Amino acid sequence: MTEPGREVIRIRGLNKRFGSTHAVIDVDLDIRRGEVLALMGANGAGKSTLIKILCGVHPADSGTMEIDGEPVAFRSPLEACAAGIHTVHQIINDGVVQQLTVAENLALDEICRPEGPVLLSRSVITARAREIQAILGLDLPLGKAMSELGQAERQLVAIARALSHDPKVLILDEPTSSLSEAEAARLFTLIEDLRARGVAIIYISHRMSDIRRLADRAVVMRDGRTRAEFTRPLDFDGIVHAMVGHRLREGAHSAVAGGRTVVEIRDFALTPTSAPFDLDLREGEVVVLTGLIGAGKTEFADCLFGTATPHAGSVTIDGKPLRASSPQEAIAGGVFMAHEDRGNSSLVAEFSVLHNMTLPFLRQFSKLSLVVPDQERRAAVGQVSDLAIKCPSIDVPIGSLSGGNQQKVVLGRWLIQPCRLLILDEPFQGVDIGARQDIGRRLRETAAGRATLVICADLEEATEIADRIVVMRDFSVVGGHSVDGLSLDALVAEISGAGTHATFA
Amino acid sequence: MSTPSPNPASNPAAAAQAGATKSAFSFKDFVIKFGLLIILAVMIIVFWRLEPAFANARNMFSILQAVSVTALLALGVTVTLAIAGFDLSIGSTAAMSLMASSYVMVILNQGTFLAVVVCLLLGAFIGFLNGVLIVKGRIPDLLATLGMMFLLLGLQLIPTGGRSIAKGMTLSDGSAATGTFTDAFLALGRYRLFDLIPLPVIIMLVAAIILWVFMERSRYGRVLYAIGGNEKATRLAGAPVERYKIVAYMISGLFASIGGILLAARVGRGDVTSGLLNGLTMLNAPYYAQDFVKGLVLVFALLFTFGFASSQRR
Ligand SMILES: Nc1ncnc2c1ncn2[C@@H]1O[C@H](COP(=O)(O)OP(=O)(O)OP(=O)(O)O)[C@@H](O)[C@H]1O
Ligand SMILES: [Mg+2]
Repeated sequence: MTEPGREVIRIRGLNKRFGSTHAVIDVDLDIRRGEVLALMGANGAGKSTLIKILCGVHPADSGTMEIDGEPVAFRSPLEACAAGIHTVHQIINDGVVQQLTVAENLALDEICRPEGPVLLSRSVITARAREIQAILGLDLPLGKAMSELGQAERQLVAIARALSHDPKVLILDEPTSSLSEAEAARLFTLIEDLRARGVAIIYISHRMSDIRRLADRAVVMRDGRTRAEFTRPLDFDGIVHAMVGHRLREGAHSAVAGGRTVVEIRDFALTPTSAPFDLDLREGEVVVLTGLIGAGKTEFADCLFGTATPHAGSVTIDGKPLRASSPQEAIAGGVFMAHEDRGNSSLVAEFSVLHNMTLPFLRQFSKLSLVVPDQERRAAVGQVSDLAIKCPSIDVPIGSLSGGNQQKVVLGRWLIQPCRLLILDEPFQGVDIGARQDIGRRLRETAAGRATLVICADLEEATEIADRIVVMRDFSVVGGHSVDGLSLDALVAEISGAGTHATFA
Repeated sequence: MSTPSPNPASNPAAAAQAGATKSAFSFKDFVIKFGLLIILAVMIIVFWRLEPAFANARNMFSILQAVSVTALLALGVTVTLAIAGFDLSIGSTAAMSLMASSYVMVILNQGTFLAVVVCLLLGAFIGFLNGVLIVKGRIPDLLATLGMMFLLLGLQLIPTGGRSIAKGMTLSDGSAATGTFTDAFLALGRYRLFDLIPLPVIIMLVAAIILWVFMERSRYGRVLYAIGGNEKATRLAGAPVERYKIVAYMISGLFASIGGILLAARVGRGDVTSGLLNGLTMLNAPYYAQDFVKGLVLVFALLFTFGFASSQRR
């Protein structure tokens, strides 16, 4: 047992319903000073809903909440902020304003402060933004529009802003879902600092390595209830069992050699200065492309999907040259791709689960250009059950699904129709451990008729689903390994550039 | 400090509360969906009580006829709204179409068919230009269509040197115009089916049904809505977004030109001063009271739709 700190927040009998979904049921929870509380649970367990009640986004249906012994009921996030509760939400777009610049986003609270000056000079904003990004040691292009930043950078902006407030309670909902190891490590150091200063921290993540490093206590939620509480030393098998209700199958599998070559990539140079490489992708095998953030993995995938053009090289699919200069042509040529940044690149927020799922394949579900509802619905329902997507019906808005389940909808979309090459860019963002294994299995089951390329920076995830791991560094493929007899040390060395792997940045 | 929530949270109370929320939800859904129709029904009943003659069929259809041109323009604009754009040029496109039909018949002495076809092509072409300016020229939709609006307002005056087009008007070479509005063309605005239902009302209804099927049932409509929701995601799902956007503005222009044709057929002359708004108000008086009522209804309708929709989202 660690020395229990004083309770900052005391929650008793909390309930929250959304229509027929009872998302949070009779939850009691204490949050203590100087402690990192890991909130764990499968996708749709109610974690995000619980913390959204805490930080004033949703009102609770019933239950009480006390801060330092004072009963409170926040009617808006602003009130929660005023009480010292700061939150980084799971859905990254909730935390940033796309139309503003990076500097304005960082200094947003300064800009929105009601008692602040009416006219804000750019230099004041920039100065404040510099201060805030220094907290995380960032060096972002302050003048750029937020929408031009990558997903990881946007996540960092949201985190930096929450940290800038000197919070009493800090809530982080999957903050590392798209961060690199180096960025995550920097965040961990900061969290440890805050803990030492007595801040209470709630940390939600599906990454066991995060939990291992940070958590003092773990509370597991399942189906809206808190099921179990663990203190140090944390029993990880017990946690997973409490989360998914059963033991997980052993992740290990042996590599499938792959059949006919589907995709042949020759003399491929992404930039004028990057080394050209060759790569073959075969039917039936799952190839994981790994490497550091900025190694060129997504840029490579963009070239295959027609949203970027390589400097040189050729790609053939089934022996025919692939000439895709737009996603439309790539899809027609049999290349499907699920993008990394689901909020901006995949989902239409106003659409239902059904309409999001079938968007690329409306032609197949139409007669005389009119959509045939039966066919469309059957395809979507099939994916919902195959991927165990938790939703009350396929007609609910996509935004009412939990983050992990939204991600599964994106994956399900591209499994509706067979294709020749399936590219998945970081498919496991926000997906729980159990579901990750199920998706991996499903990918392997359906891989027979196509080549599958999965981009994955996390090596634990990579080894779990791959038959072959291909390493990318400095915009070029530098090596390939079968998962059979894989040496992780050698792989890590190759990813970071042999000899320099100690820095990992 | 916020108020404490004194919540006993006993089970029956919670259950009752949940029940209440549920029925409140469905009531709100109902209001959002049918709010406008409810307002309409209430208005009809009120007017009917105040003035029993109001509710006779002929009068009803006259009211519908008066709004059919506006309704056509509004229908077209919904397509650009679906792609999260807006078309400010519909009014002047309709005015353009009014002038063009007059010009073709009165000055060029041509028939009904050509007049209608010229107007429709012109409307679609104006929409195409709007679309190209927005998609290829990357001009914000409001600015591009605002520019187009002023451009058209000026352009339609050029062929006649700023004068209205009417039967027998003097042309620039000194001779009199020989053409007239054909009877067939005028019938487009004035004919009543069964001596009761005005043709513009029928055209408006047919156009509304076609557009509804297109937007709500066809895959094209689905993609248009998707573009409005998330353009990037729609492009990455394989849709030719640029082409869709241009087509949306073409549909808007086309509907505006149909509105212009009906207006021309009703007014019976190419009146430069009539423009669209004057043309509409010419049909009824007194305009001041009407504008007031219209504004009031609009505010309430918006309140119903958006007010409730956003309070539900919370
Ligand atoms: N705004 C909403 N409207 C309707 N239902 C909702 C809403 N938000 C959440 N839910 C439902 O509440 C349940 C819990 O969702 P929540 O987002 O809290 O899950 P989570 O534990 O954070 O999962 P994940 O790990 O996937 O992020 C889910 O079944 C979800 O569909
Ligand atoms: Mg969540």
